[in-house]
This record gives sequence, structure tokens and C-alpha cells, in this order.
Amino acid sequence: MADDGIGASITRKEDRRFLVGRGTYTDDINRPHQTYAAFVRSPHAHAGIRGIDTSAAESAPGVLAVLTGKDLADDGIGDLICGWLIHSRDGEPMKVGEYAVLAKDTVRFVGHHVAVVVAETLAEARDAAELVEVDYDVRPACIATATATANGQPQVHPEAPNNRAFDWELGDKAATDAAFENAHHVTKIDIVNNRLIPNAMEPRAAIGEYDFGTEDYTLYTTSQNPHVARLVLTAFVGIGAEHNMRVIAPDVGGGFGSKINIYPEETVCLWASKKVSRPVKWTGDRSESFMADTHGRDHVTTAELALDADGKMLGLRVHTFANIGAHLALFGSVTPTYLHGTLFSGQYVLPAIYVNLEAVYTHTAPVDAYRGAGRPETAYIVERIAEVAARELGMDSAEFRRRNFIQPDQFPYQTPVALTYDSGDYPAILDRALAMSDYDTFPQRRAESEAKGKLRGIGLSCYIEACGIAPSAVIGSLGAGVGLWESAKIRFNATGNVLVYTGAHSHGQGHETTFAQIISSHLGIPADHVEIVHGDTEKTPMGMGTYGSRSLAVGGSAIVKAAEKIVAKGTKIAAHLLEASEADIEFKDGAFTVAGTDRSTTIQEVAFAAYVPHNYPEDLEPGLEESAFYDPGNFTYPAGTHICEVEIDPDTGVVEIVNFTAVDDFGTVVNPMIVEGQVHGGIAQGVGQAMMENCVYDDDGALITGSYMDYCMPRAQDFPGFKVATTETPCPHNPLGVKGCGEAGAIAAPPAVMNAITDAIGTDMQMPATPLRVWQALQAKAPAMAAE
Amino acid sequence: MYAFDYHKPSSVEEAASLLASKEDATVVAGGQTLIPTLKHRLAQPTDLVDLSGVAELKGVKMDGDTLVIGAMTTHAEVAADATVRSAIPALADLADGIGDAQVRNCGTIGGSVSNNDPAADYPAALLALGATVVTTNRSISADDFFTGMFDTALEPGEIVTEIRLPKPARAAYAKFPNPASRYAIVGVMVAESGGQIRVAVTGAGQDGVFRATDIEQALSGAFSAEAAKAVKVSPETMSADIHASADYRAHLVSVMASRAVAACS
Repeated sequence: MADDGIGASITRKEDRRFLVGRGTYTDDINRPHQTYAAFVRSPHAHAGIRGIDTSAAESAPGVLAVLTGKDLADDGIGDLICGWLIHSRDGEPMKVGEYAVLAKDTVRFVGHHVAVVVAETLAEARDAAELVEVDYDVRPACIATATATANGQPQVHPEAPNNRAFDWELGDKAATDAAFENAHHVTKIDIVNNRLIPNAMEPRAAIGEYDFGTEDYTLYTTSQNPHVARLVLTAFVGIGAEHNMRVIAPDVGGGFGSKINIYPEETVCLWASKKVSRPVKWTGDRSESFMADTHGRDHVTTAELALDADGKMLGLRVHTFANIGAHLALFGSVTPTYLHGTLFSGQYVLPAIYVNLEAVYTHTAPVDAYRGAGRPETAYIVERIAEVAARELGMDSAEFRRRNFIQPDQFPYQTPVALTYDSGDYPAILDRALAMSDYDTFPQRRAESEAKGKLRGIGLSCYIEACGIAPSAVIGSLGAGVGLWESAKIRFNATGNVLVYTGAHSHGQGHETTFAQIISSHLGIPADHVEIVHGDTEKTPMGMGTYGSRSLAVGGSAIVKAAEKIVAKGTKIAAHLLEASEADIEFKDGAFTVAGTDRSTTIQEVAFAAYVPHNYPEDLEPGLEESAFYDPGNFTYPAGTHICEVEIDPDTGVVEIVNFTAVDDFGTVVNPMIVEGQVHGGIAQGVGQAMMENCVYDDDGALITGSYMDYCMPRAQDFPGFKVATTETPCPHNPLGVKGCGEAGAIAAPPAVMNAITDAIGTDMQMPATPLRVWQALQAKAPAMAAE
Repeated sequence: MYAFDYHKPSSVEEAASLLASKEDATVVAGGQTLIPTLKHRLAQPTDLVDLSGVAELKGVKMDGDTLVIGAMTTHAEVAADATVRSAIPALADLADGIGDAQVRNCGTIGGSVSNNDPAADYPAALLALGATVVTTNRSISADDFFTGMFDTALEPGEIVTEIRLPKPARAAYAKFPNPASRYAIVGVMVAESGGQIRVAVTGAGQDGVFRATDIEQALSGAFSAEAAKAVKVSPETMSADIHASADYRAHLVSVMASRAVAACS
């Protein structure tokens, strides 16, 4: 192994520019003659628009244009789209309501885009935006997830009666009902998966630029998937065409899913740049992010687990209302369906599963993928109900899970909900996590806490997830509008260093390091001599972007495929240079060697020969540059056990996490340091959901948690040092053996935390377990205890 | 942010004259509330009068048994000041727990008490310690100074110049922070001076900082954490929001008071 290859914890190549303040984010880019956009947003959750008076704004200083939905329509600009067609269980396609770039005659959430002012300066644009007078016909709003389909609720879209976008099912209902009829015990729980507001460090931003000379568009934007943005904006929204639009997503400060969707703001910047003949820049402020970026989660679920007398799982029945907000965003339909319902088998032999999910429109911001995207919601249901079942049966939580695990010799394992798990060793993960968390001695620690007047609890979470969603043909049959392959191009320069062009996009994941490590291991080029190029549709090959922990499993595999082509061509050149037969050439550690001899040439020498082909094989093209596309044969299936231990102050309801252990199987680990960082960040986000973060709208649809004054983000001081380890069962179907690690913590942590808290307080409660709610749960329990 | 004119006077006199002469001028004492308000376009002053250049408003000294803190002394300076820590360590601890490091480095005691945010920490200290607020015009006792939520006895154009805090026999502050903002959901300052016990509560009351007289009485009988905790505080005048119900706040007043008492001894 090279010391900077696969398996090495080298420091991140990209960090230098970030640490010295030389990152280039969209807002750092300024184009000549640039103008600024400010949006007029709805203060109402639901209102008709009787009229918009733009005259005062148009005559304000510095204003170049005041544009509304009517102007968009006049220019033939279409609506924004959802990228995945889901069918309801009656066979009907999902009901897609209007997703206008600027509102037409109705606003559907607080923050909804109504008009845009383009002006010489940002201050002038904002001043003028306040002068746009919108005559609203304010109407009652539908906000709550659980009651959105009830008769009499305000309707969000005429296309979707009772606000139901789709009523989807997965699994065998008859077999599941039969399992319940034969059950020895049924555990039933009600679960709210709280709505979250993504908080990437960098708010969204865009610069649209139309070139009147070339008639080309350029969009600089905070995107996780620039090629997809280009496709949607050209082919669906109707601005330009793919060949004359360049989308650049430069350094992007985090996405967590909120930068997947194609939004009104970047669309407007592009379109308006042609109207005013100048570049148009918009940088969202934090308030705009809170209001109008896509939110996450927001499920209300009832789940039932059927068990036999030995504590074996027989069947799982789940009904969920999933809030999709006012619009179906790009991944808004796949997140609560195929990214969610397909994982209900968890790590368990669960013979019968039936999932029914109703997706509901409400007068709130659109809901889309958020770190984990559907999978945290599943893991939360499965791991909470497993824990409650174990408690009801009087079994040890770990023993209950062990009894139900899919065993290592059962892979590949076909679940009742479509997926075929490829590999894993769940008992080994659990044993490691139990040992690391000192699970056996927990009763002593609980007694010590009780002696101090504190409550102590421990909770397990044995999660599974699916990454690298694929193959394209399968997802196409399930309604995907695109394929989910990835591409790579490897270019050797004449001096032997390497550029790698990837269609994946790094916005914090560390691709510039891990992808270089793949080149080090597969081609023998030091990682320092490798530059990763991404985020520019004009530089990189076609790509599908980064989300769903797919980049290494899919994009990394494409790099390996391209590297194999490099070696194949390099072998031909080396054979010629070494005057040997191709069949006798071996490639290892960056050198081509004639087998059994010490005759050898380096890959750098081969690259030089390829560009200075003076002594070169006949009939072979010069150059050393190869591309590959990779379409995986299956998902990958990372899995793990996280164990959380908490101590609670009953006087205040404050929960302290005193111990957190994470053992994950991500398959082959390319950079352990980066993986550990991903796990830490994921756990922090998962704990944030479990204990702090909560998006709250009032009954009228006003966003109560519109800033950090009320939306609580986790802080470093909220956590102990995490105990983190990995086990490795390599993925058998991709060339790297990798599975993906980016979302695991956010998936695993919430049930671990809530299982620990409910263990400590001895009663059930919903997320987030804020001090107020924990105290209230204890108060509600206290009279009941007094009565006993 | 709307446009405004900016002034940086070097004396209190100059500042006062600017405030008097401009149409709608606002003092910037540290800006930790004002600047976010301006950025959200929730205020539109014609002029900002920044007091950070007024040297006479800064600094800490003892005047006999009274601790005197200049209005423009930052929270970080109060937290780190040896004189404060020796005279009223509870006040240094309180200042050390305000907001975050950035807020402590910019925010000032004068700005905080003038703003009288119902969840700010300093008002509880001033009220419990029986402090006096000195302004450009007069001296106002803390009992008279804090007149309600974001409301004080200050007249238009009147500037706080220093805070005078008599050294107590013992005092401590216990705060239950809002998990999101880190303002006080309940902050309780307990102080004993000359045999008198004063308990002031911030964060909890609908009308801002108040004295918890029932806890004061209980502590006059027995100065113990148990005595404070046993007091059932009425939730009737408590505020409520998504972070804390009135019941929870009322309960926390007793709990935080008991912790402050424990820290006193």
C-alpha cells in the first residue's frame, strides 16, 4: 500500500485553501457589470394574488427591472419540476401541483417568491423590493402533517384533492396482516419524525450571466449536482439548451440535500440576466434559507410489530403521513418512498412487511432530501419499535436484536421490500459496539447516577441504509427521471502528474483527497500529484452529482474503471518501450515490468512517451487520457450499531450525552480520518434532530423558528468525545469494495439517543427531547407513579 | 439595513449633543442587539452614535465598598477583571456566561441594561445587588430603572454612564440558558447585603426582570438551597414560548434559585 493510497489517513488536500481563506464560493465571484437581485416574498402561508403594483419599485433609484410571474409566462419560462414519478397504490400517477418560478395567482408558503427586483446595488434592490405592492387575498392555511388530508382542510393545489399527492404502498399486505393474526405479541408506537431546516454553513447563492455575443448562459450556483441543474433548467424550465449553458458549482459550503433541488432563485438570475443584459447575482441571507430552502423529514407514523413467543419478528405494518410542503421538489417524491420504504427490514429477518405512505401538501416550504433522505425516518421507526418491543417482552435490547439479525451466511439476502442486501456481519458489529460502550457494566453506572439524583439510560440503534442508488434500469422502472451512474476522466499530463475529472461534486466530503488516494493506489501516482476537477459542466464529463452517500461507491468506481483503461493502454506502450510482449507486462505500484525480469518503466515514463511518441507503438493513438462511466449493479448497504448513554437532570429535564459509541461497516475505508469526520458530523446532526432541532410553524403558517434565536443547532459542547470504529465487509459488487459513510451518523443517532432517553425516564416521548419536553414527560409520568 | 449617518464621538458631552440634535438618532453601545435589528430592517434610525470612542465610559474601579463599572465596559472585560472578580465574583461569572465569545467581546454592560431585554442577564444582577444606574442626567436605583420588557426609566437622549454595585456579603447567579439563543430562559441572582436577601429573576417574567419575594422570604427564614427549592412559584406572570411553558419557567425559578443559593455558600 502506498502511504497516501487507499486506507491512509492523509490530511485533506482541499483544506489549505479553506484554512487560508482562499476558497472560492459563489458569493466570492463577481462578474463585470454585475447587478443584484432581491426577492419579494409572501408574508402569508396561503393567499390569492389580486394584483402586483411594481410602479413605485420600478422608479426607485438604481432599479433595472421588476419582474413577476407574468413576465416569466410571457417569455415562455416553465415551472420547476420533481424528478421522480411515483404511482399511488390505485395505479394513479402522483398529483403534481404548480411549482412556479415566481408565483402566478396563488402563494403557498411564507417566503414564497412573488417578484424580483434587479438593481445596480444590493441595497437598492432591497429598498425597491419593499416598494412592490402585492394585493393579497389571505386565505386559511393547511399546516399540520397529520390532519392535512382531513375533509375541510384548506386545499394547497386543485390537482390534489384532500392535499394528497400520492398514497403509496410497498410490501405484501395480506401476508403482513396474516403475520399479525398469528402474533404472540404486538408492539405499537406512534412516531413523529420532526421537521428539520438544513443549515449548511454557506447559504444558497447564484449568478446568472447571459452572453449576447455567444448567446450562451453561465450559471454560478451552490449546487450539489450542476449537470442535473443544467438539464432541468434547459430541458424542463426552458432557458437555453444544454449545449449553450454552463453550470459552475464552485466551492460549496455544505449541502446536506438542500442544494439538490433546482430553485426559483437561480432560475430567475439566469432568465433576468438576459432581460437586463447584465449578470444578476443573488446571495441568500440566513432568513431566506430558513424560510424557503427545502426542509427535511416531517413524518407522522403509526407502526406495529408482530412478534412470536420467542421474541422473533413476524411482521411490520407502517402507516405514515409525509409532509412534502407546498411543492414537490426535485427528490421530494422519492425521498419518502423508495429511499424510505425499501429499508423497513432493517438488519432483521422480518418475513412480512407492509408500508403505506400518504404524501401530503401543506402551506409550508417544500420538503426534500436532507442528510439520510428517507433512511433516517426508516431507521428511526425500526429501531424505536425494536427497542420498545424488547422492553415490552422484558428482553435485553441487545439480545432481542441479536435474535432477529440476518446472519452473515444469509447474504445475499432478499428482503420483503424489494432490496437485496449484498453483504454484512451485523452480530460482529453489535458485539464490538457493546464492548466499546461497556454495555455490561451499565447497571453500575445507572446506580451511581441514581445516587446523585440523576436518571441514566442507554439506547441502541442497529441501523441499515442503502447508498449509491442504482442500477439505472431498475430505478427507471420505479419512476426515476434520470439514470444514476457516474463518470470519470483521467488525464495524464506529459510530466506524469494527473488530472481527474469527476461528475460528482464535493461540498465538504473531501473528494479532492479520497479520489486522489484512489489514483495513488491504482496508478501509483502520489496523491499530491493528482488534481481533482469537479463542479463545472464545461470541464467535467456528464455527472449526476453528490447526494445519498454515492460519490465514492459510484463516482469512485468510475475512477477505477478509467484507471483500468489507463493501465491497459499503458501496458501497450510499456510493452513497446521494453520490447516485450504485452502479455508479459505486469503493472504494480506505478511501474510496468516484464514479468520475471528487472526490466521496468514507470507510468510517468509511459505518459511522457504517450505525448512525445517518438518511440511508440504503430496503430496506437498518442495521449494518455481515459474516461469511464459506471452504473452500479446494486445499492450498497452500510450498516452499524450506535450506542448512546445519557444522564438526565430530573429537576430541569436537561439531557447530557455521557457516552456515544459508533461502530459502522462502510466496506473498504479509503481515508479513515475523513470517515471519522463524516461519522462525527452525522452523529452531531442526528443528535441535533433528537434533542434540539425542530422547525415550528404556527397555525397560520408563520415560521416561528426563523432564526438561530429559536432554531437550536447542536454545538461542540453538547457532545462527549465519540468512540468510533469501523468493521469492514467489502461491498462485493463495486471495484473499491466501498459502501458510503456520509449519512450514517444522521441515520443512526436519533433512535440511539431516543432509546437512551426513554430508557432513562421510563416513558415514551417524541423528538426533539428538549429540556422542556423531557421535564414535561417526567411530570406526566409522576402523577401516574404516585397513583400506583 | 437602511442607510444612516454614523458618528463616533469622543466624549459623553459630544454624544449627548449628537443625540439631541439628530432627528432619530440611536446609541450603539456594543451593537449586539441593534446591529441584527438593523440588518433585518426592523429599525430605521437616521443616525447612529457609536460610544466605542468615549474613553471615559470604560473601565472598572472601587469606590469604597462600591464596584463601579463604566457603561462601555464589555462583558469580556467584566468577566476577566480582577477587581470585579474580587468584589463580586458572581458578577464576573454572570458576564462570562453571556452569549458567546463574540458577543462578550462587543456587548457592554451599559448597552445591556439600557436595552433591558427580558432575557438578558445583567438586569437580574443589578436588581438583586441593589445597584444604581448613573446617567448623563441623574442616578437611578435598579428598583426604579427596569420598568418592563425592553423598557427603562431612561428619557430620550439620556445615556447610561456607569453602574454602581455595592459589594454584597455573598451572591451567586444561576442561569438556565435557552438551548438555541443562550439567553436566559430563567436566570436567578441571589444576593445578601447587610442581612437583607434579594432574589432577582430574568428570562421568566412577562414584564421582564422581577424580584421573587416569596423566595426572598423563604431564604430569610433559612438560607438554604432546600428552602428556595421548596417555594412553589406561580406560573401566572411567567412568559411562555416554544422553549419553555409558564409552568416550566415557574418551576425553574425555584430550581435556579436553589442552585444560586448553593453556589453562595
